[in-house]
Amino acid sequence: MADSTFLDSTELVLNMGPQHPSTHGVLRVILKLDGEKILGTECVIGYLHRGVEKIGENRTYQMFAPYVDRTDYVAAVSNGLGYCLAVEKLLNVEAPPRAQVVRVILTELNRIASHLVWLGTHCLDIGAITPLFYTFREREMIMNIYEKYCGARLTTHAFRIGGLQYELYDGFEEDCREFCDWFLPRVDEYEQLLTGNRILVARMTNVGVLNAEDCKAYGVTGPMLRAAGVKWDLRKAQPYSGYEQYDFEIPTGVNGDTYDRYLVRMEEMRQSVRIIRQALDRIPDGPIMAKVPKVMKPPVGEVYVSIEAPKGELGYFIVSDGSTQPYRVRIRPPSFVNLQALDKMARGALVADVVAIIGTIDIVLGEVDR
Amino acid sequence: MATTSWESELTQSLSAQFGDKIVEFCSYLGQNFLIARPEAVIPVIEWLKTEAGFDYLVDITAVDYPERPERFELIYILYSFGRNERIRIKTSIPDGYRPVSATLVHPTANWLEREVFDMFGIEFEGHPDLRRILMPEEWQGHPLRKDYSILQQDQAWVRENLGIESAQ
Repeated sequence: MADSTFLDSTELVLNMGPQHPSTHGVLRVILKLDGEKILGTECVIGYLHRGVEKIGENRTYQMFAPYVDRTDYVAAVSNGLGYCLAVEKLLNVEAPPRAQVVRVILTELNRIASHLVWLGTHCLDIGAITPLFYTFREREMIMNIYEKYCGARLTTHAFRIGGLQYELYDGFEEDCREFCDWFLPRVDEYEQLLTGNRILVARMTNVGVLNAEDCKAYGVTGPMLRAAGVKWDLRKAQPYSGYEQYDFEIPTGVNGDTYDRYLVRMEEMRQSVRIIRQALDRIPDGPIMAKVPKVMKPPVGEVYVSIEAPKGELGYFIVSDGSTQPYRVRIRPPSFVNLQALDKMARGALVADVVAIIGTIDIVLGEVDR
Repeated sequence: MATTSWESELTQSLSAQFGDKIVEFCSYLGQNFLIARPEAVIPVIEWLKTEAGFDYLVDITAVDYPERPERFELIYILYSFGRNERIRIKTSIPDGYRPVSATLVHPTANWLEREVFDMFGIEFEGHPDLRRILMPEEWQGHPLRKDYSILQQDQAWVRENLGIESAQ
């Protein structure tokens, strides 16, 4: 951007402002165009910055947990899982087996919900309006399960440090099994509508290509990395909360373009259903909360724990100074790091492709800005 | 911090390469980290990338300890796909010190260092585009420093841009 002159008449600077239906939140992208071709992009973020990390230094560990839900508000349960795992590691406790299995069920339901939001909004940006209604209909069933379990649909605060607070309600297993049975044929329905669709294929293949080396160089993780061909998932590489007991596959792509990411996320939804069914078969009896003190004062130290959130590697770096409040809470957001690669992916593409690329990175501005 | 020591063939190769530039190898709760002198951080990161396969920079962050003479602790977290291992590099720097940017070694560092600059005021030498990323461009003050109160705002900016006199 620094080598443009003011009077250069072939280049146009266009502002895709924070108020825009396709930027998935308050994201501002400044495009430098030559006709319709992109010469460079610049992301301006910070419109949703709420100072969550500063707030973390002023609340106790338990009080901070609801704030964490509101960073990636679409996948709030995953955020809660990451934070609870990080504080539990500092306190050197482990959640009991029953709590771990229920955590896996709720987190995988959340992964499906997050991917459904992605699918609906991404296809809406590209121009297909119908999938949005279908995906949100399925998401309603997940929201109902959450509401019956913990009282909230979106920002759930479902987990507590040390385990769970609420026991499963009567009918939880039936609801989850009903959802899984209803959902798998629906994924086939979406595929029937979208996967071979000529318009979708034309708008998605070779758009936003990011190969494996670039992914690693830019620190991109999650479905974007897997679509580039790297078979890596934190649930398999560094399992947490009992994931090593479940049998599931890691879908990968070949080219690292938007179409491959679409296929990877569709397959991930199916694998999540597989994990949920296995977990439902093996919910053990027992306590749901480990022995944690009411006033939590972890010993002086620091820890970095990361999980495979639906969008990538979500990490929590917590520094404790021995008091009831953390000294520093750092949230390593996958969307923030993945969004850096937008410039690399968008150069040489057309304006319409920028919308597809922003959609395929699957950003949530709450997480980018915190 | 009740650390234990960390010994492995990686630490031995690092000691052989960098000698006393690396102050200590520690481990806490099973997570390994090393404490390096500020000028040695980028060479260590580069060596780890080329020789040891740590090709993914996970995070760069800082912690503010105002009572220490070397006020900020810069933390780099690296991961190796091949080894499935994650390590941390920590260094302590005083206020006003300009560490070398890691963007030449890992392009990920671009926005991560911009955020550290925005929140703490640590300027990185050699960064291609060092400006604020989350706060507005003209904001004065670095919010995550410990002497910046949680209710503090840049009143001049608020008055000029929002047109209100903030009650905080």
